Amino acid sequence: MTLPQAKLDQLSARIAGLHFPSTGWQGKARGAALERLSAMGLPVRRDEYWRYTDPAKLVAPQPQAEVWGGEVAFDEIDALKVVFVDGMFDAEASDDLTMSGVEISRLAEAVTDLHWAAEIYGELETKGQYPAQRPFAALGSAFATDGLLIRVTGKADRPVAVIYRSSSNTSDVNLHHCVKVEEGAEITLLESGDAAARLLTVMEVDVAKGARFHHVRAQGRSHQRIVNTHVFARIAEEATFKSFTASINGVMTRNEAVLDIVGDDAVAHVAGASVGDGSDFHNDDTVFITHAAERCESRQVYKKVLKNGATGVFQGKILVKPGAQKTDGYQISQSLLLDGDSQFLAKPELEIYADDVKCSHGSTSGAIDETALFYLRSRGVPERRAQSLLVLAFLAEALAEIEEEALAEDLRLRLENWLDRHEG
Amino acid sequence: MALEDTLPEIEVREGVDRETIETVQAMAGKYKHGWETEIEMEFAPKGLNEEIVRLISAKNGEPEWMTEWRLAAYRRWLEMTEPRWAMLNYPEIDYQDLYYYAKPKSMEVKPKSLDEVDPKLLATYEKLGIPLKEQALLAGVEGADAPQRVAVDAVFDSVSVGTTFKAELAKAGVIFCSISEAIREYPELVKKYLGTVVPQSDNYFATLNSAVFSDGSFVYIPEGVRCPMELSTYFRINAENTGQFERTLIVAEKGSYVSYLEGCTAPKRDTNQLHAAVVEIVVLEDAEVKYSTVQNWFPGDEEGKGGIYNFVTKRADCRGDRAKVMWTQVETGSAITWKYPSCILRGNESQGEFYSIAIANNAQQADTGTKMIHLGKNTRSRIVSKGISAGRAQNTYRGQVTMHPRATDSRNYTQCDSLLIGDQCGAHTVPYIEVKNNSSRVEHEATTSKVDDDQLFYCRSRGMDEEEAVALVVNGFCKEVLQALPMEFAMEAQALVAISLEGSVG
Repeated sequence: MTLPQAKLDQLSARIAGLHFPSTGWQGKARGAALERLSAMGLPVRRDEYWRYTDPAKLVAPQPQAEVWGGEVAFDEIDALKVVFVDGMFDAEASDDLTMSGVEISRLAEAVTDLHWAAEIYGELETKGQYPAQRPFAALGSAFATDGLLIRVTGKADRPVAVIYRSSSNTSDVNLHHCVKVEEGAEITLLESGDAAARLLTVMEVDVAKGARFHHVRAQGRSHQRIVNTHVFARIAEEATFKSFTASINGVMTRNEAVLDIVGDDAVAHVAGASVGDGSDFHNDDTVFITHAAERCESRQVYKKVLKNGATGVFQGKILVKPGAQKTDGYQISQSLLLDGDSQFLAKPELEIYADDVKCSHGSTSGAIDETALFYLRSRGVPERRAQSLLVLAFLAEALAEIEEEALAEDLRLRLENWLDRHEG
Repeated sequence: MALEDTLPEIEVREGVDRETIETVQAMAGKYKHGWETEIEMEFAPKGLNEEIVRLISAKNGEPEWMTEWRLAAYRRWLEMTEPRWAMLNYPEIDYQDLYYYAKPKSMEVKPKSLDEVDPKLLATYEKLGIPLKEQALLAGVEGADAPQRVAVDAVFDSVSVGTTFKAELAKAGVIFCSISEAIREYPELVKKYLGTVVPQSDNYFATLNSAVFSDGSFVYIPEGVRCPMELSTYFRINAENTGQFERTLIVAEKGSYVSYLEGCTAPKRDTNQLHAAVVEIVVLEDAEVKYSTVQNWFPGDEEGKGGIYNFVTKRADCRGDRAKVMWTQVETGSAITWKYPSCILRGNESQGEFYSIAIANNAQQADTGTKMIHLGKNTRSRIVSKGISAGRAQNTYRGQVTMHPRATDSRNYTQCDSLLIGDQCGAHTVPYIEVKNNSSRVEHEATTSKVDDDQLFYCRSRGMDEEEAVALVVNGFCKEVLQALPMEFAMEAQALVAISLEGSVG
């Protein structure tokens, strides 16, 4: 494929402006990531975990999406705001990065020889490369331009909200965050914003003994955007990890979560609600949870509403290692197809090597319940309103996974607005 | 070797006494059908090449088109690579180190009737409980209220040794014979349907089978005929280092019905043996086919030595409207099982059902499941899979349900349950669910659990021993599938479930 010269020039200029540390802890980590990436190569459609999502769509040469200047999710929430514009840290728009119990620094500035993040950056991602390879995550570790390094030592009194904004309709962003939640500490991390024409993120989260990490994100809203995110987590004993993603629109969204439960009595929940309209909408949640300790609980709850030829993909796995007795694993993936052209492709997997466990999964797909619709209409609810109600009721089980009521309500309203805009 | 040395390290659960485990383990691996028939055999030379393919074709007295069909498959096979996506771990198979054709010498001149069949062969089947006398009944159902007769086609290594009740079936217009005979006697029918459900190039093992299949069964049920008795094929691998490649073709014309049973066993040997079969079923308008399998190939010993590598392609094509097919399988044998009986629901309102019990004990590995491909409107499918893992076995359910855009108002229900006995084994579920229209409803549920301690304790407290209690719980777990089996098989299957799990308690 030949690209226009202007495009190539633009690319050279952009690359010339990038600076990747080649020394210190980062240089080492990035070098190792590049080696991993080279050994793996980029994924192809034949790879097992790419059979339902074409990786070629993530590497489109000229991603383009309109800029959304409006308000973003969680605007009303009292949080420490960190803003990235086209992947560049915006100090003016961001709050002061100091908060009691939380140390926040930027990846681009952490060019020291030693850093606490050295034991996380690229490390959790490396662990998450087996048994299924995730080359885009390695690429994220090798070439991230910036990101946040967050160390939580106490109970954060308000959430940290990362906001991704774009100013250019061709923004192509690659960020990498590391979060270390120390023993007994607690934090809520929010992510929102229209992000970029193409966004690649990797987040590595280390949750120590008895610590709690809450993660809620809203993927908005320009329809043309391409998003590929990865969350890698290591969860120690008695720790809690909870992550929720609301994904609205987008021609290509692939959210991968790789959770490694390594300590006894830990809890890991991931959930998501996604809505999409149009035959170019593609939303993929790929989740891999490994139980390597006793008496742990994991939950996966994913709901997708699809219309006008939209595609929803769910690939989820619960792996219970030998000895991970008393594991309680639950997984549900459901789709609501609002018309005959939309499709739902799912691969809910269990791989179990311990006998004293309780694991189950369910997956359903179908149209809106005609009987319920008829009932509501017979009670005088207009058809469109009745349909919205039923869709919201369908999404409610996923939203219920969010602990903080105000955050759940914010997302619920967003989803409701989307339904209003996409009625009929 | 002292018994203690052979005991794998397993955790003894509370309330289970060590002696029980030892007694049970001492009995483990008691494969009932592990004996060998000493009979003079005629082998084709070892290895695979075009000459062998031609030789098999010539031995079967096949017409030229059939030989060419085989050769085309063989050439195709050379270009293919063995699939390795299943959760199975086995050493490289040396395809040149196998015999592809083995036939009892006494079958050199084809016996005209069962009376002329070598008594050694008849005795073999008798010992297996498979009657080759027409008045006899399948073992285990004597005393049943209405004695049911079963027509049997017995395949011994590469050849069919005889088919019972042929004359009576012919009266009803039903053709039931070996596939080699069908190729000679009914070439038009075979030509019309062979390879139309499982094409020559379908997959590595099916392509290999297309090239070298030596025998198998052929069933043709004419329009509107309800087959007057159950049909059955019994496969026996006897010779050493011999691959068995049988091919079964069943054609059910409009409005017909047939119930077909398949059984298989093999002697105990230290080396692995290859079995790569193909079953094709064509179901036309309003026809119904029930296909039941009790697969009991030699599973290898407790250490995982020996056993059959079972790579099977089974597929039914519901070509007509309201066609119906039901697969029921009880998979207890084989060291390696790679098997996905599938339904293509092409006709509107056609139905596919899959009921499966897969038991893997000791070092067995099973990767089995089904595919339900919904193409027609208003099609229905149901999958009930029960996987049981014990010892150090790995048991995987792998299934696919696809609702094509045109398959409107269709329905699938899938239930996969896994039961783990012991902490050294694995149970896995790998479903693929593809829904491409919204008027169809797809539901998938899967659970994994262990034998319920409370149930076990309850049974034990009533005076039942551990072994009996586990068998009881397991049979309860499998009930839905056992009930789907024809009576002749249900009893055998139930007993087999208990035998297969011997030695797994702990």
